[in-house]
Amino acid sequence: MLKVEHVFKTFNPGTITEKKALKDLSLHLAPGDFVTVIGGNGAGKSTMMNSICGTFLVDKGSITIDGVDITHWPEHRRAKFIGRVFQDPMMGTAAGMQIEENLAIAARRNRRPTFAWSAPGSQRERFREMLASLGLGLENRLESKVGLLSGGQRQAVTLLMATMAEPKLLLLDEHTAALDPKTAAKVLEITNNIVTERKLTTIMITHNMRDALALGNRLVMLHDGHIIIDVAGEEKKNLTVPDLLKMFEKAAGREMTSDRLLLS
Amino acid sequence: MNIVDLVVPTIAQGLLWSILALGVFLTYRVLDIADLTVEGSFPLGAAVAASMLTSGYDPYVSIVVAAFAGMLAGVVTGILTTKLKIPALLAGILTMIALYSVNLRIMGKANLSLLRVDTIFSLASFISDNRSMVALVVGLVAVALVVVANYWFFGTEIGAAIRATGNNPNMIRANGIDTDATVILGLLLSNALVAVSGALIGQDNGFADVGMGTGTIVIGLASVIVGEVLFGTRNFMNWLISVVLGSIAYRVVIAIVLQMGMPPNDLKLFTAVLVAIALVMPLIKKKLKADREVA
Repeated sequence: MLKVEHVFKTFNPGTITEKKALKDLSLHLAPGDFVTVIGGNGAGKSTMMNSICGTFLVDKGSITIDGVDITHWPEHRRAKFIGRVFQDPMMGTAAGMQIEENLAIAARRNRRPTFAWSAPGSQRERFREMLASLGLGLENRLESKVGLLSGGQRQAVTLLMATMAEPKLLLLDEHTAALDPKTAAKVLEITNNIVTERKLTTIMITHNMRDALALGNRLVMLHDGHIIIDVAGEEKKNLTVPDLLKMFEKAAGREMTSDRLLLS
Repeated sequence: MNIVDLVVPTIAQGLLWSILALGVFLTYRVLDIADLTVEGSFPLGAAVAASMLTSGYDPYVSIVVAAFAGMLAGVVTGILTTKLKIPALLAGILTMIALYSVNLRIMGKANLSLLRVDTIFSLASFISDNRSMVALVVGLVAVALVVVANYWFFGTEIGAAIRATGNNPNMIRANGIDTDATVILGLLLSNALVAVSGALIGQDNGFADVGMGTGTIVIGLASVIVGEVLFGTRNFMNWLISVVLGSIAYRVVIAIVLQMGMPPNDLKLFTAVLVAIALVMPLIKKKLKADREVA
């Protein structure tokens, strides 16, 4: 399904701020995999995500989805295959446009726009049902501007948008990190429902070890630009946070020091 | 002076200039770019139309060709800012400066008179004996066409992609749209409107002048902002009409201050101050509101 092979990425090469963000990173996903990704600050989690969706091109290595080599594709072209939810709830939706308009744009992610009417009434029933499934009372607010919604509501709408046009791959980049704990739990529940019901191949970055263990069928830990832990199936199910810390020490050769990861 | 003699030309001017304001609206509001190409594409439209008219072409054709010339100018700025990554403001300035020379080449000199040739207004002179009334009717028809076309276009899938680009480029890229293409397309449409406005104003004035673009961006901004404040932005149609009414309101204000005895040479200073005040209005409002909440 997704094949990331020996990817390297260095930011600001040759300068004082040079940062080798990815060093020989490889990751293969099987169809239907739901992978949670953890790692300390600067481990390369977001860089990995951004290389997959094409925010920038990688220095070396290749990325293929379903056998199609997308290594050199621009971001908007990859969007045909990839649904995305950003960490910042403001990033995934157009605030000045109606919920309906946002959903309509997302519904045609995998094809070129035409001169057809952007938000025809015929889609409305479908949109309403999808919004109702979120359980946030948004089904009667199709004509509200997205800017009027709360961060959690916007993130839930973005999640709908990302999964609407059947993505081959769903990328979630700490999409609950900016929300309050209660809203975060709700958005996570919606995420889990959508992903497991529709068996979407998904990568979810999280800074919360417990979420990383509770969700998905596979867990990956990044450290220093490559993967140091990769567990799946039964082994992952039985894993606990202390186990994970021990595994990290063994793999990285030092103690876990990321406060953010430990405190959550 | 007869009040009608004052009102009709003022409204006519407002309508003809409102097409420029709509062009500025497309970049400044829809795309969220301050595009200075306007100051070059406005005289470009006038220059193209004027040199075609003096060569004996049909006035309608001259306006269509002026629109295409404006599109070209918009595409140049668009490519400079997207593909070549020059900041939009600077890209617009570069095109504007380049167009100064281009416009001189098109006209062959700095000023072309249209007094002895047929214009779109002389063709429409059957409407009324009053020249200003003719300009008003022609302006009204042109503005109606432009507003309806814009309303339709920005309701389509492609138009929605352009609106979303101005709103949140990250969102629209994540939804499969090439924002380079939408920015170029938006600049193309905007400058086409500006050039058409230039072509109309040139024909109405009876001449095209290489310097007639100076300050047009500020006039456009003044119309957009005044229109928004006075007539609202409830939905896209309302917004478009507000910009048109804003352009008329701006002309009314100018007519009034001139009647009150302000020297015409101070007009640009006055406009700049007007726009500056309108631009800080939201800030002042916010501050007043915050102060009230504290008190």
